[in-house]
Amino acid sequence: MKTIIPIGPYHPLLEEPEFFKLVVEGETVVDMDIRIGWNHRGIEKLAETKTFDQLVFLVERICGICSTSHPIADVLAQEDLAGVEVPERAQYIRSIVAELERLHSHLLWLGLAGHFIGYNTVFMWVWKYREPLLDLFELITGNRNDYAMLRPGGVRRDIYKKDLPAIRKVMDELEPANEMLTKAILDDPVLNARLKGVGVLSKEDAIRYCVVGPTARASGVDIDVRRDEPYAAYDKVEWKVIVQEDGDVLAKAVVRLLENFESIKIIRQCVDRLEELPEGNIWNPIPEMPPGEGIGHEEAPRGECFHYIRSDGGNYPVRVKVRAPTFSNLPSFKASCLGETVSDVALITAGIDPCYCCTERMAAVYDGSNRRLYDWQDLVRLSQEKTEKIRKELGR
Amino acid sequence: MEFSLKPLLYFLVFPGFAFTAIVGLLSSWVDRKVSAKVQWRVGPPWYQNFADIIKLLHKEIIVPQGSGFTGFLFAPLLGLAGATLVSTIIWVINLNPDSGFVGDLIVVLYLLAFPSLGVIIGGSASRNPLGGLGASREMKLILAYELPFIIAVFTAVLKVGSILLGDIIGYQQVSGIMLRHPSCIIAFLVALICAQAKLTLVPFDIPEAEQELIAGPFTEYSGAPLAIFKLTRAMMLFILPVFLITLFWGGMNFHGWQILASCLKYLAILVFIILVKNTNPRLRIDQAMKFMWGPMTILAIGGMILAVVGL
Repeated sequence: MKTIIPIGPYHPLLEEPEFFKLVVEGETVVDMDIRIGWNHRGIEKLAETKTFDQLVFLVERICGICSTSHPIADVLAQEDLAGVEVPERAQYIRSIVAELERLHSHLLWLGLAGHFIGYNTVFMWVWKYREPLLDLFELITGNRNDYAMLRPGGVRRDIYKKDLPAIRKVMDELEPANEMLTKAILDDPVLNARLKGVGVLSKEDAIRYCVVGPTARASGVDIDVRRDEPYAAYDKVEWKVIVQEDGDVLAKAVVRLLENFESIKIIRQCVDRLEELPEGNIWNPIPEMPPGEGIGHEEAPRGECFHYIRSDGGNYPVRVKVRAPTFSNLPSFKASCLGETVSDVALITAGIDPCYCCTERMAAVYDGSNRRLYDWQDLVRLSQEKTEKIRKELGR
Repeated sequence: MEFSLKPLLYFLVFPGFAFTAIVGLLSSWVDRKVSAKVQWRVGPPWYQNFADIIKLLHKEIIVPQGSGFTGFLFAPLLGLAGATLVSTIIWVINLNPDSGFVGDLIVVLYLLAFPSLGVIIGGSASRNPLGGLGASREMKLILAYELPFIIAVFTAVLKVGSILLGDIIGYQQVSGIMLRHPSCIIAFLVALICAQAKLTLVPFDIPEAEQELIAGPFTEYSGAPLAIFKLTRAMMLFILPVFLITLFWGGMNFHGWQILASCLKYLAILVFIILVKNTNPRLRIDQAMKFMWGPMTILAIGGMILAVVGL
């Protein structure tokens, strides 16, 4: 007998609204459907009403966790469009902020993954280790989240020499903690029983579904924008791309944990270089935005984040398109979840580190013959009618 | 008149409902506080669980449309009645070992399963796929842990040669606690792990895995029935360790300094359960069944064989 188990739109597993429809026989998932579009904010449309400088602040608010990935991709697109060079010091600062973000994002995921398998001690401990990173962000950028460090042509704020020892100190404390976590996860027999061989995404499937980032690297696909198309300072420092072959949830965890070490390595080298470079030169102005189009892609903690900007030579972009990594990774559930149990599906969906607010910026409703049923005005009208109805029902 | 009032007092006040509920809620506070300390948090004040229960009792009771009305509301009461009865029996016998009746151990084993039965009935009656799935998991879990649990309990029976709880306590008072026999140490460990599963705590909190099933069988519950479920769980957190102490660790004794020893015994088992809960991830239901029917059952049978040969 087939039963439908809904995960979402509101569910303890999901920190944001999302809807997974699981068709189960007993405990085994035989089919799965994903519906996105619960969190529409119209950011791409809104972007057309912002100047190029304001645009960076807007895309920063697409997602709180990757709040540097989207701006970096965005300024890369703008610089591609305008053809300006970025000062060397700004390149290193970009790398530092991006890698700090990767560290805190990977630790956040690890904690959540622990929580999803009922291991709340891991959740609390990992988030405790993550806390100094957020404090460090506050020290060097002024904010724990949404750092506003990026600016077309450079960075908005310098990282001063007096703050560099603090970065080194946090890195020195984080490295042993990360080592301890890596060992604990690899050695724990119960964790291994829960994670090993669960939700295997084969290399063929990974390529077929075009997955990106740690999800792809855990399945043996050796891609990383930082190496393949270097931006910021990634071609000026020593590091390596972490690839695991197994494709299961354990491999995804291992990839992220090992990437943390690489991030620490990158940050240390960047900090050393900042020590040598003179303070001050962090921005080349863009005098005029020519007509044309520009693309920028950045390796966000969850995978490749892609931005496209089209300009007609005016102050405002005429089109901004964002493709977030989770959007590429979501369909792979069809390959990794079918045949697994409900318990494991909860873990597998968490395994790609989904970020729904990145993914969901637009919803369009089509009928069977591909005709668009609702446009933006219709959706606004529907929403207002619903509010009116609720008001009437409640007698106000 | 006085003659008929006394059993009622036994059931309702001491050592039945009121006593078990209060100590049980305090035990869950210990659980929450120790968990918080392990996880680098502060944890709630001691009255938090009382406040939770009182608040829930004030809330509206919502019965989902199309659910089995009687079963849905009757299930929590069944669990509570079972927990109260079993607590009364165990405590009365602990206070006065001669007051048992023939086969009281078997009755206790039956009654200990009542709270889980209540959860199954409630989850199935709630007409919610998550509740149904949770109930089916609870059912599988009972099937898994009852076998090693009963074998472990009967190792003690075999050792004493009597199925009376009073005799088991008396035997331990005369010739020392059961835990000095290797066979009983094994049985005690098996029973302790099974108690973890009976309490549905991590790694065996599979029926109500919140990240998979929201709250499993409790998903549709609200207000007083939910409060009763929570109270029953708190009471079980008190009764099960006491039952294990009664069987293997000399029983609860209330003469002079023995009170302190009894409390320490209980706290030791409680903290062990809490630490296991906080240092393990949740198992899958098939893994839990394999674990219970495989290593645990073999271990329990091994303990029983040792008891037969006289160790």
